[in-house]
Amino acid sequence: MSEKLVNLIADLQEEEALATARQLIEGGTDPMAILERCREATEIVGKRFEQGQYFIPDLLMSGEILQEISELAKSRMKKGITTGYAGKVVMGTVEGDLHDIGKNIVAFFMEANDFQVFDLGVDVTPEKFVEKIREVQPDVVGMSGLLTVAFKAMKETVDAIKEAGLREQVKIMIGGAPTNEQVANSVGADAYAKDAQHGIELAKHWVTSC
Amino acid sequence: MTKNPEELYQERLKRVEDAIALRVPDRVPIVTFFSYFAARYAGITYEEYTYDAEKMLSAAIKVHEDFEPDMADIPGIYYLGPTLDALGFKQLRWPGRGVGPNKPYQFVEGEYMKAEEYDHFIEDPTDWIIRKYYPRICSEFEPFSQMAPFKFSFTYFNMGSLAPFGTPALQKAVDALKKAGEASMDALTYIMKFGQEMAKRGFPISLGGLTQAPYDTLGDYFRGTKGIMLDIYRRPEKLLRALDKLTPWMIELGVTSGKQSGNPFIFIPLHKGSDQFMNQDQFKTFYWPSLRKVMMGLIDAGMTPVVFVEADHTSRLEIMSDVPPGKVVYHLENTDIFKAKEILGDKVCLKGNVPMPILCLGTPDDVKAYCKKLIDVVGKNGGFIMDTSVSLEDAKIENARAMFDFTKDYGVYR
Repeated sequence: MSEKLVNLIADLQEEEALATARQLIEGGTDPMAILERCREATEIVGKRFEQGQYFIPDLLMSGEILQEISELAKSRMKKGITTGYAGKVVMGTVEGDLHDIGKNIVAFFMEANDFQVFDLGVDVTPEKFVEKIREVQPDVVGMSGLLTVAFKAMKETVDAIKEAGLREQVKIMIGGAPTNEQVANSVGADAYAKDAQHGIELAKHWVTSC
Repeated sequence: MTKNPEELYQERLKRVEDAIALRVPDRVPIVTFFSYFAARYAGITYEEYTYDAEKMLSAAIKVHEDFEPDMADIPGIYYLGPTLDALGFKQLRWPGRGVGPNKPYQFVEGEYMKAEEYDHFIEDPTDWIIRKYYPRICSEFEPFSQMAPFKFSFTYFNMGSLAPFGTPALQKAVDALKKAGEASMDALTYIMKFGQEMAKRGFPISLGGLTQAPYDTLGDYFRGTKGIMLDIYRRPEKLLRALDKLTPWMIELGVTSGKQSGNPFIFIPLHKGSDQFMNQDQFKTFYWPSLRKVMMGLIDAGMTPVVFVEADHTSRLEIMSDVPPGKVVYHLENTDIFKAKEILGDKVCLKGNVPMPILCLGTPDDVKAYCKKLIDVVGKNGGFIMDTSVSLEDAKIENARAMFDFTKDYGVYR
């Protein structure tokens, strides 16, 4: 039945997936095993997205189902259980820009891939980035932007990270509609991620090669 | 042999009309959104451009005098400050209000219509807007939630339903409505003045009105991006019924604005049907049919839809070719414009798309090289208008200059 749960989530069958999860939990299945099923389902969703089978509405829908099920499972779990992380990511939409759909999708996938994500939200000043980097010592910093004002803000953020003496400790990626490799070079980032999947690959590559 | 403004006006209008009708004009027309570039170029802040009508007007005039596009970019969606202040408008942050004095205005994403309000919206959208939506998006209109529906007050024995207007809260709201009306009237006066100033200088106005794809109206302003995407799964029938309700409404909006301005070019920005935002079946079900009806409704009324195809719609090009030839403009942002020429070249006038990274970070030579390719490939046999991929907002001035000069020189059809 827990195989079935994976497929129901991955196929975005909200009601049936929830009913099945409830049944499993009532039947005494370990909540951790349910969360593991959720992770497996996320992997399938991610693959389908990568292969052009799934699009943003599918990601949002799977996110809704996963949240509902994981809340259900976590309510049955003993407090204090933590799992290991693949790495830490600090991310945010840069100063002057309020757009966050793309950033939220990347954060969702990062978490699904076992990264610990510190999402600073939108309109994040260079100072806030620096402060958080100093506090949590992330492996990766992700800067998002949808407007051309983001170009300047991204550069100022990278400069502030340099000035704080933290540039060598982190890898920086950028993303968002108007950005590309040229923008990444010009602002002093390490890479441009063309979509969420690409961002995850970059982050995984960086944490394993560091 | 200088031409008088009337001759220039007719020459520019014909150039653009030829391109739209897929004929070969005398040269590739160039029409762009200057947006806040006008403010930066004139040395004023974006906030001044939003609040100070006289400064706004002279900045908007100056940029047109200096760059001489084939059509003028009406600054109506920038000079908004006084009206928005009067409303206590919460759905936008604009220069000096929520974003810095030199940052562009931005929409505040939200679920402004709840999922359970679909029936109210479909039954009586005007009532829903007045009593449910306005109180959420305008702080000054919060008391509207206390009104009775106007449909209750239709004759002598039920005028008692107007009693809430006797309360201080609603009287204050009506007062705000009055102030917003005055600010809006003032803005309109300046926009008309801009039109006259442009006509004196021989520039037709690029747009006469605005409407949207029904799915975008519902998703942008009412349900929110996430809300409408989840509706595709959770309540597709209601979503389709709401789109049916919005379709004649969006046609009426575009046609009315075009008739009032006397300008047939109706802007339709596309937001939520791009390649990543839904799959092809969803596009064919929820996005394209109602958008096509809106375009056809405008065309039937003698208008020209100028569709701003935002983000990347390359995978939609085949579907989007189902429009009558020579009646529609597609301004492309990141869609592959060269592929679009192959697929749509005999149907749709293409506009665009000098990329923002080149304009903001590149050199004049980079700009010229991209423009050359556009003119050679997309401009071949007409049906093309030079533009940026979005707007000149953050473009380097020398790059904007290169784009205009090069197009006027190299873009001549010989």
